[in-house]
Amino acid sequence: MSIKGTVISQVEEVRRNSGKPLRPLTNDLVLLESGLDSLGLAVLVTRLEDILGYDPFTDSDITVPPVTLGDFIHLYEVAGKSHYVDNGHTE
Amino acid sequence: MRLADALSGSNLSCHPAELCGRSILLATSDQLAAALALIKLDGIADRVIICPADTAPEYFPSLIRNGRVDTILSDYDLPHYRGLTGLSRISCGATVLPTSDLQVDRRQTEWVLLTSGTTGAPKMIAHNLASLTAPIGIPAPNCTKAVWGTFYDIRRYGGLQVFLRAVIGGGSLVLSGVSESTSEYLMRLSEHSVTHLSGTPSHWRRALMSPEARRITPSYVRLSGESVDQGILNTLHSFYPKAAMAHAFASTEAGVAFEVTDGLAGFSPVTLNNHTGVEMRICNDSLRIRSNRTASRYLDEKDGALRDAEGFVDTGDIVELRGDRYYFLGRRNGVINVGGLKVYPEEVEAVVNRHPAVRMSVVRPRRNPVTGSLVSVDILLQEPSQPQHQTSAIKLEILEICQQHLARHKIPVIIRYVNSVELAAAGKLLRHYA
Repeated sequence: MSIKGTVISQVEEVRRNSGKPLRPLTNDLVLLESGLDSLGLAVLVTRLEDILGYDPFTDSDITVPPVTLGDFIHLYEVAGKSHYVDNGHTE
Repeated sequence: MRLADALSGSNLSCHPAELCGRSILLATSDQLAAALALIKLDGIADRVIICPADTAPEYFPSLIRNGRVDTILSDYDLPHYRGLTGLSRISCGATVLPTSDLQVDRRQTEWVLLTSGTTGAPKMIAHNLASLTAPIGIPAPNCTKAVWGTFYDIRRYGGLQVFLRAVIGGGSLVLSGVSESTSEYLMRLSEHSVTHLSGTPSHWRRALMSPEARRITPSYVRLSGESVDQGILNTLHSFYPKAAMAHAFASTEAGVAFEVTDGLAGFSPVTLNNHTGVEMRICNDSLRIRSNRTASRYLDEKDGALRDAEGFVDTGDIVELRGDRYYFLGRRNGVINVGGLKVYPEEVEAVVNRHPAVRMSVVRPRRNPVTGSLVSVDILLQEPSQPQHQTSAIKLEILEICQQHLARHKIPVIIRYVNSVELAAAGKLLRHYA
């Protein structure tokens, strides 16, 4: 599965139990309105680290936090490139 | 609402003088109702047990018993639990009505704050107005223009500090509403031109992900309640380059020990000897604090002594000198800090161990860039060599038990099966720092 596909399926998984009405996952959806609270977001980042093998928040010095789902996916895609290069893989 | 109105009127359904000498459980859903009640009750009540919004009602009976509560003050109908009957019930709201002046004997009111305990039941920590306001000092002349905001619940130590700073300094305070989202709160903070804003690093990380975070221009940004990393300080500086930034080391038990204002994570060794009125020492790598800002005691004697024989509070926070700065490594007793909320491993392990297939479990922190840490658990099964479909089913059952018995931030995010569990010499589980 692509990085984008992995992120989206995990967002769906984590927010499933939020008990709130859920908005469709589009690139411009503001993360804080996606049904994920702080804890949900924390769980999401941990699950993605276990699946993808990296955590862009810890591995790089981010001074512009992601606001939309598109920003969030982009962060993982960019970090994914350097992760695969560092580990001698090609995508 | 003007502070003068809050002082001259009352939000209580009875005359404040009727609560003279009472031991009160203050459990409101609305922060403003609690704030107005606290302004009225100090100096009148014997004791006020201040329940944050997320206090589980199942703990009310033990709080009432151990706090010798005779009166419940609330803005909603509390569920009917055994132990709540026969108590005087007074309501309080978010509006103030003028009240007649009655002379009452002023007394020192005990302000009791709640933090997590090892068994899940909150620990009750006794302060008074003097210990709570000792870190605040004399308000600066221009602070009446300050507009304070906080991501904390003002019924927790960090939020209470902001509330008291605003009230004592004569400034304004914008409180978040019940079930108001971070973005909605930021919008209101922007409308009121917030100048001073505080929260835990986790609160801030979340707030900065809101598009509304760029609408505010605070001149003072404060962090406390969790260890602060350089990343969040840099990010905050890039958002609010003109704001003075402070991260404070504080806990409900130890009070505010010190503030770091140089924009760097950790603290300088000079800090240890630099603060009048606060003595600090490092014993067995953990920070101990003696000052007039610390709490006086745990209300329930079973929780032990809060201070040592010399009056120092052991924070249990392990520090390490790296280069010319001290950094926090985690907690000695394995306590995990999830976004500013404490999780005792023992409580989670006791719940996990309820599953009959579990022989032993060890709860550990898992580092997390959003909340600092999350909870993970290593489990040794009674029969480790079971087919995978059975161990997967057990995992789901354990998760279900946790969901039934634990607050959300205490539920393990990672459940891992292991073949052995490390024990320390005394046969206790070996706990590692975060």
